[in-house]
Amino acid sequence: MNTLLAIFFYLSTLVFVVGLLARIRTYANTPAPLKIPTTPAPTTTGGVVLRMTREVVFFESLFKANLWTWALGWLFHFSMLLVVLRHLRYFTDPVWEWVALIQPFGMYAGITMLLGLMGLLGRRLLVERIRYISTPSDHLMLVLFIGIAASGLLMKFAVNPDVIGVKSFFLGLMHLTIQPLPTSYLLYAHLSLVCTLMVIFPVSKLLHAPGVFFSPTRNQTDNPREKRHIAAWAAKMESEK
Amino acid sequence: MAAITAPAYRSFPIIPALIPGAMEGAGPYVSSDKINEAVGFPGHLVDDWHDKAIAKMGDLLSKYRSLKVYMDACVHCGACSDKCHYFIGTQDPKNMPVARQDLMRSVYRRYFTLPGKLFPKLVGARDLTKEVLDEWHNYFHQCSECRRCSVFCPYGIDTAEVTMAAREILDSVGYSQKYSIEIIGKVHRIGNNLGLPAPALRDTLEGLEEDVKDATGIDVRFPMDVHGAEVLLVTPSADFFAEPHIDSLIGYAKVFHATGTSWTLSSMSSEAGNFGMFIGNYDQLRTIALRIRQAALELGVKRIVVGECGHAWRVAYSFWNTLSGVGDGADPNDRFAQMLQKQLDHRYRQPTHICEFTWDMIENERLVFDKSLNDKYIITFHDSCNVARGSSMGGYPGGQFEIPRNIIKAVANNYYDMDPSTTHERTFCCGGGGGLLTDDLMEVRVKGALPRMEVLHHVAEDHGVNFMACICAICKAQFTKILPVYGFDRRVVGGVHQLVSNAIKLGVK
Ligand code: HEM
Ligand code: SF4
Ligand code: SF4
Repeated sequence: MNTLLAIFFYLSTLVFVVGLLARIRTYANTPAPLKIPTTPAPTTTGGVVLRMTREVVFFESLFKANLWTWALGWLFHFSMLLVVLRHLRYFTDPVWEWVALIQPFGMYAGITMLLGLMGLLGRRLLVERIRYISTPSDHLMLVLFIGIAASGLLMKFAVNPDVIGVKSFFLGLMHLTIQPLPTSYLLYAHLSLVCTLMVIFPVSKLLHAPGVFFSPTRNQTDNPREKRHIAAWAAKMESEK
Repeated sequence: MAAITAPAYRSFPIIPALIPGAMEGAGPYVSSDKINEAVGFPGHLVDDWHDKAIAKMGDLLSKYRSLKVYMDACVHCGACSDKCHYFIGTQDPKNMPVARQDLMRSVYRRYFTLPGKLFPKLVGARDLTKEVLDEWHNYFHQCSECRRCSVFCPYGIDTAEVTMAAREILDSVGYSQKYSIEIIGKVHRIGNNLGLPAPALRDTLEGLEEDVKDATGIDVRFPMDVHGAEVLLVTPSADFFAEPHIDSLIGYAKVFHATGTSWTLSSMSSEAGNFGMFIGNYDQLRTIALRIRQAALELGVKRIVVGECGHAWRVAYSFWNTLSGVGDGADPNDRFAQMLQKQLDHRYRQPTHICEFTWDMIENERLVFDKSLNDKYIITFHDSCNVARGSSMGGYPGGQFEIPRNIIKAVANNYYDMDPSTTHERTFCCGGGGGLLTDDLMEVRVKGALPRMEVLHHVAEDHGVNFMACICAICKAQFTKILPVYGFDRRVVGGVHQLVSNAIKLGVK
């Protein structure tokens, strides 16, 4: 089983990294021919950086739009961030000091992440408008995250597989060797779900994470009168005539 | 058309329940062969429309980062779902911004993403069938490209960009909307959206000079094609004859007169509007914008000022520099743009909105007003969507909200804002923008005006508001038609410069 999971991990990481980089490259290389920032649009680059930071850290626009979705979504994302950071302890030896520091918070974050996810799923199932726009993949995506969070929490609070063994498995992977993995079906499930997530990431709506940084309505400076902005394909029209 | 009645006001703004299919078949007339061919589009639906449409979509995805990112990034969170005035007014779920985008996203997923190719049902992907194309024609013409949804989306997904792309695809396979394409044809042929030829325009302007003389005793000029004038005024052609638009045109002329500004209109570019934006077509957008560049070069003007028109100001402010070089800051080797930018006077912002011009003059104490002449009005201001969310004024964020309000307060005594959840960047579209200002879309227009009419009703009840000023030709035309349906007098709507015109004192300074 450890060999199988090791292979799955290598493959899914490869798909994740290559797929994501390719997508980001497409975004970066696709021109934005017109200035389309939405109000309130900053007039300086510094302002744009601030705006983007507020969007990514606080979900500013979502806050304006809908408090429930904002609260649940923000709870889910920032809990998830803590949880991911907490997992760094499986990949670092010795464990970095700040990673050690956040361990207790990371634990509770697992619970709040699950709560956030349940709330989001509830919203998707119960609110008529959201149910209308949801595709099966939207529901499954939430189920996948819930699966990851629930299996993780079960290991933490109920089944307790040997974490030292898990750590040596991952350190091994990082040095291109396959170490034994403790026998636990819950652990296998947890890890397979994470691999699945990595494979799905570059071809799904999870692309919102890189996407937000490339959104012209959010990342453009509002200075069209002061500086001429023109895409290469549009400039060609000028030389042709 | 008389059968269309106003939907009831909501006693408090609850999110309406869905009525699937409510607006099926409420879409616009399809363009005829003659109208299409006049602007170089295929006359009617081509035989290989399926392949052509998919190819066009691929082309647009590679040219517009907005479209590319927006097709991928939506998480179906629903934050935008209750933000569209057409959804609120019609309750048709396909008028929710995200659902509108999904009409195209479903096709994008099917042809351009791996999961959509492998598991279409799972990810909501579908083939591009004739039914889907019909649905596009119907619902992408129930979007006024007002961008309200974009303000609330966590990734700034702008349904207007998707609507424009969809319309461009429809046009490329010969399945266009009659109204917009007909108007674009008129601009190319005659020079303005209304098809007013130069001699008729000249007559109108002379008539206006007489009217103003009769009313004020002062010779206010309405010059046309004057070489060497300082200012070229480009204004929506509705200003030349439609009510209440014309009163604002008189206002601009009085401001120019009172400040001793030499100005001119141009018979060649007698239109600020640019329907190229509505159909998302860069070529059309650019060709129409170039008329103004050409007029500016030929007349040798130093400044270009734009009249009260919402989408025209978005095009002028945000796109002109890109399209035609009207602006500043072109690369020194950019000969195309430099040719014009060298001629313009960069002590002023180029282009300048008429409100920026007037407010500047007020601040410099070059204008005198008798505010009491507007005392019969209790005024509110409707932020037009394109000005609010697609442009700015004054060179600082939010100038587009402050400057028109400042002007109103400088020329009138009674002013009240409407509910803040419906003003500034959260303003609701009038319901007639984005190429929907046509009688065949009357049901969409009436229902889409509901959110604005509700809050207007509130300020009318609470403060006795009887005049809603705005700075958009489309808003003015739309409200003139729609206000009576909601039980208001049609003269409740008017321009900011109409108020300026009422209060300005000529021959004082
Ligand atoms: C730049 C970083 C990111 C930003 C700004 C961001 C923002 C958002 C926002 C605003 C939402 C909508 C609200 C909600 O439904 O929660 C959302 C949804 C979602 N995000 Fe993120 N996100 C980011 C990164 C990620 C990452 C890295 C993942 C997963 C690995 C992720 C997974 C999800 C999922 C699954 C949803 C859908 C929730 C639902 O179905 O209701 N996000 N994100
Ligand atoms: S751009 Fe305006 S009209 Fe179009 S979907 Fe968004 S809110 Fe509705
Ligand atoms: S707010 Fe943005 S991400 Fe959310 S459903 Fe609407 S378009 Fe999609």
